[in-house]
Amino acid sequence: MSVQQDTLARTSGRPEAEQHRIDKALARKMRKRGDESKFWWLIPTLYIIFLMLPIYWLINMSFKTNQEILGAFSLWPQNPTLHNYAVIFTDPSWYKGYINSIIYVVMNTAISVLVALPAAYAFSRYRFLGDKHLFFWLLTNRMAPPAVFALPFFQLYSAFGLIDTHIAVALAHCLFNVPLAVWILEGFMSGVPKEIDETAYIDGYSFPRFFVKIFVPLIASGIGVAAFFCFMFSWVELLIARTLTTTAAKPIAAIMTRTVSASGMDWGVLAAAGVLTIIPGAIVIYFVRNYIAKGFALGRV
Amino acid sequence: MEKTWNNKAWFMVLPVLLLVAFSAVVPLMTVVNYSVQDTFGNNQFFWAGTDWFDEILHSERFHAALGRNLVFSFIILAIEVPLGIIIALNMPRKGWGVPVCLVLMALPLLIPWNVVGTIWQVFGRVDIGLLGRTLANLGINYNYVQNPMHAWFTVIIMDIWHWTSLVVLLCYAGLVSIPDAFYQAAKIDGASRWAVFRYIQLPKMNRVLLIAVLLRFMDSFMIYTEPFVVTGGGPGNSTTFLSIDLVKMAVGQFDLGPAAAMSIIYFLIILLLSWVFYTVMTNYDAER
Repeated sequence: MSVQQDTLARTSGRPEAEQHRIDKALARKMRKRGDESKFWWLIPTLYIIFLMLPIYWLINMSFKTNQEILGAFSLWPQNPTLHNYAVIFTDPSWYKGYINSIIYVVMNTAISVLVALPAAYAFSRYRFLGDKHLFFWLLTNRMAPPAVFALPFFQLYSAFGLIDTHIAVALAHCLFNVPLAVWILEGFMSGVPKEIDETAYIDGYSFPRFFVKIFVPLIASGIGVAAFFCFMFSWVELLIARTLTTTAAKPIAAIMTRTVSASGMDWGVLAAAGVLTIIPGAIVIYFVRNYIAKGFALGRV
Repeated sequence: MEKTWNNKAWFMVLPVLLLVAFSAVVPLMTVVNYSVQDTFGNNQFFWAGTDWFDEILHSERFHAALGRNLVFSFIILAIEVPLGIIIALNMPRKGWGVPVCLVLMALPLLIPWNVVGTIWQVFGRVDIGLLGRTLANLGINYNYVQNPMHAWFTVIIMDIWHWTSLVVLLCYAGLVSIPDAFYQAAKIDGASRWAVFRYIQLPKMNRVLLIAVLLRFMDSFMIYTEPFVVTGGGPGNSTTFLSIDLVKMAVGQFDLGPAAAMSIIYFLIILLLSWVFYTVMTNYDAER
């Protein structure tokens, strides 16, 4: 570290033009030494190809008929067809699955973010009795294996007569989404200086008014990220959602497992259904691209 | 940040507490209940003490599932972490390449887990999948349904496909936080590429790497949906990890006692890991 600071001291404090010249010379030297290899892009490109191939294969299959899938092997559809998508969009037992999934996912996201907002504020601004234990306990729920909860959830929601309702799945997913939202929001809120709160109180803002008018706009991006991750984790979860539903609220992910028909597996429709489940993520991903790491790391990057 | 002591903050935490207590504490108490009781049906329960715990802790089936899960976790960590670092180091830092890389790399993270399973189930099939067909054409008798080694290979490569991006994105977030001045200083000192990595980049990535390792370890430790869709835990029991075994026991065979005891042991392991995670985080936050 001291070596770096030395060199920093040596290079700073010179006129800007000279500094610029030194930088350029250095950059030239670096290139010559081969430190900045010309092939740096090769590794990310290969990796992205590796990631895209299976997804491409699924998309490819979704535009083929079953005969073509099982028949001649081809890298792209010879006779592209929208038949598989038509099956999904015209059969209520298929498209209802998407509606069910979206209903409970949106309910869960709304509940999670709304209850997490005040809690995250409390954790980021105050110390109170048992705060650290509570924060840790929340984390353990995010880390808890859904397999442990599947059966007790079934019994709990049966007792309340909530089996096969959207709210049951939405509440059950709060198990891991509320802690997630609290941790992410706490991470964002801790980045807002406390002086802002104090100034607002001096200016005569009441707490609710300050929170809604000043604080929420300040952490708008944090709320967006928390909502996105609640949406995503509820959307990708299957074990609990499948356990708690039978027909009326069955998620699309569970419906996908029943594509075996009398004539064997319906690969084309299965592929089309898979492609449609990828789309919500693919649409919003661009907007949260800079926060993905932060969200997955529970707001701690 | 200096925090003020205020016990009224409890009121703000209360909704979270009630909601999570409803969906975590109540079910967990049910599990505890089952783990110390036995039943002969008809909803009649008898006190069984720690019998179920004894049984699980000494059962070969549990040891085998735990062992498989640990081996799986270590293999994927050993591959995903170095691979993630290498990719993150070679990602562009500015220009149009940044959003392209971020968006495409994050895509697998956002696919529903059973669709991930479906994608690889299809991709690996010899009759209709690209991977299976290619391997078959290379003369490899690839069959993940019958050959345990091939099943493991498929599950591991699927996990690498699914989660390496998480390590990449976390490391990248650590790397971009390094000020340019550090690199310039290293250039003037004539530091080698390795020295730059070892003394500038690695220390800056320390924390994100720890987060990545812990998250990957925990998530792989409770993996269920993806291997279940691809292999169903087979062939035989060769890819039956802890969660798959637990669901088989609880829902398939309805052995509530042993399943509950296993749940609690499982949960305690996770609790320990979470504590490590939490300590790492709070220690760093304290330094900040």
